[in-house]
Amino acid sequence: MTNLHSIPSPSILSEDRAHEADHPTSLVAKFEPDQPLKLDCGVDLAPFQIAYQTYGELNADRTNAILICHALTLDQHVANVHPLTGKAGWWEIMVGPGRPLDTEKYFIICSNVIGGCMGSTGPASTNPATGKVWGLDFPLITIPDMVRAQAMLLDRLGIETLLCVIGGSMGGMQVLQWTAAYPHRVFSALPVACSTRHSAQNIAFHELGRQAVMADPDWHHGRYFERSTQPHRGLAVARMAGHITYLSDAALHRKFGRRMQDRDLPTFSFDADFQVESYLRYQGSSFVERFDANSYLYLTRAMDYFDIAADHGGVLAKAFTGIKTRFCVVSFTSDWLFPTSESRALVHALNASSARVSFAEIETDRGHDAFLLDVPEFFDISRAFLQSAGKARGLKNGG
Amino acid sequence: MALQEQTLPLPGIEPDRTGSDRTDHLLVASMVERGSRVLDVGCGDGELLQLLESRGIDGRGIELSREGVNRCVAKGLAVVQGDADTDLVNYPDDAFDYVILSQTLQATRQPRVVLENLLRIGRRAIVSFPNFGFWKMRLQLLIGGHMPRTENLPATWYDTANIHFCTIKDFVELCDEINVKMERAVALDLYGRPVPLNLPWWVWNMFGEQGVFLLSRGGAGR
Repeated sequence: MTNLHSIPSPSILSEDRAHEADHPTSLVAKFEPDQPLKLDCGVDLAPFQIAYQTYGELNADRTNAILICHALTLDQHVANVHPLTGKAGWWEIMVGPGRPLDTEKYFIICSNVIGGCMGSTGPASTNPATGKVWGLDFPLITIPDMVRAQAMLLDRLGIETLLCVIGGSMGGMQVLQWTAAYPHRVFSALPVACSTRHSAQNIAFHELGRQAVMADPDWHHGRYFERSTQPHRGLAVARMAGHITYLSDAALHRKFGRRMQDRDLPTFSFDADFQVESYLRYQGSSFVERFDANSYLYLTRAMDYFDIAADHGGVLAKAFTGIKTRFCVVSFTSDWLFPTSESRALVHALNASSARVSFAEIETDRGHDAFLLDVPEFFDISRAFLQSAGKARGLKNGG
Repeated sequence: MALQEQTLPLPGIEPDRTGSDRTDHLLVASMVERGSRVLDVGCGDGELLQLLESRGIDGRGIELSREGVNRCVAKGLAVVQGDADTDLVNYPDDAFDYVILSQTLQATRQPRVVLENLLRIGRRAIVSFPNFGFWKMRLQLLIGGHMPRTENLPATWYDTANIHFCTIKDFVELCDEINVKMERAVALDLYGRPVPLNLPWWVWNMFGEQGVFLLSRGGAGR
């Protein structure tokens, strides 16, 4: 018989997740009603909070701060054990003593984006006005809103200029938004595997994911938390579809091929006969344990709306006119979600603005996810770029 | 054509530095004013860019090979992956004080268009290229009867990336044709030494292993 309920129910308690949304296991900056976050949709969000983590020490001159902007489904837990999953931080390969983002040299900050579900105010947070979870009452947020919130956090931390803003995918979009909105606060920028605007194909994939969530009867128009349930099947399907876009044909073939999962022959059913199916189901089910479905809707929407050129009269180069920030743009050959052509368009615009820009395309078959994986060439470039930025900024131990 | 009229002060070249590549770079670097903005097209491993940066010059690079780019970026240089034939059009007019094309012209598909772009993007251009009029080249063709190969150009005719060879004379004629002004011209011999100035230009074309030219946009009355 076919196993239609093959995506298991979450094992992390939804109460734990709900608690994390309001009372994160990390540092928190609370902004009171007199300090609203002015959102692009016209709403003043107040009060609100930003959950963040820091690693390393801020130097006396406050010149060694690096902001990491996280991708769609990641969070502030860059280099520490995740409070919900118990797994290692998502970028420990990159951040730590002696790593490219060396915590012995730099002060590393990463905050959960506004609209996220790991402690920064978002649809999974409690609306103080009603005492209930925001859900779909939460205002629509944009990438510029995320960056505006991060800028308020830096003000709170007393950091005027960042040595570097770095991030991949949605994080890379935030990096670019930082340079467009606050060029004087960004000494160097390392946007990775990203684009200055979300393509039609990417919007299409996001819409697929959102529709999967909303088609789940447990979604209840976004008020699933009131019924002590969650649209875990819809969100898992969204994650599965998304995950395919983060990989590549070659990577899937190398990793799984047509190999069977714990069996030699097909079962003539819809069970996960193939390893690739089993893998995707695992990705889907483990994702729903730690992520809020509404938050997924909001953050994918924020990416869809992103288009820097549109905010500058349709001319991308205008976004970077006269910019002093040093750029290092990185793309990966097998990334078809944010292909090299997108990075190249960014580089052309930066050249037209006479910005100091490096651009490296790194050969790998691992697709979009390569920026999270062990790709030594990427590490070398990041390390050298940060070192030269530190040197140019006069860091004592940065060069 | 007025090669003999060109002056040749070479303050940056130290005679004790030998090796043809180094001399070539030192000569190019000597042509660049301190504090200027430079684009090195086809910058390879970034050796020349490093030399320029060490002299207080704001250098940027374009390199076709991914390995070259990544090595440059790993050295902290501002280099982008790109193609001289297709990507120069994306740079605005007057973006740089100098645009350098070092040992790359002969590998472009459209040398004339590339040259025009160099002098659109930069107020000045510095172009160096192997001289196919060099006596050894001529001898190989004349006596040996085969396409010339040298230490610096070891590839056979069927696998060379150099598809548009020219002589110093050819290059000078192209500059005249597209109204490019030659501010300085230097021919380097097989050992990377400048061919003495007081010799006639045909000697350069014969004994220059490579030519190095500092160019600017020609005026209307040229």
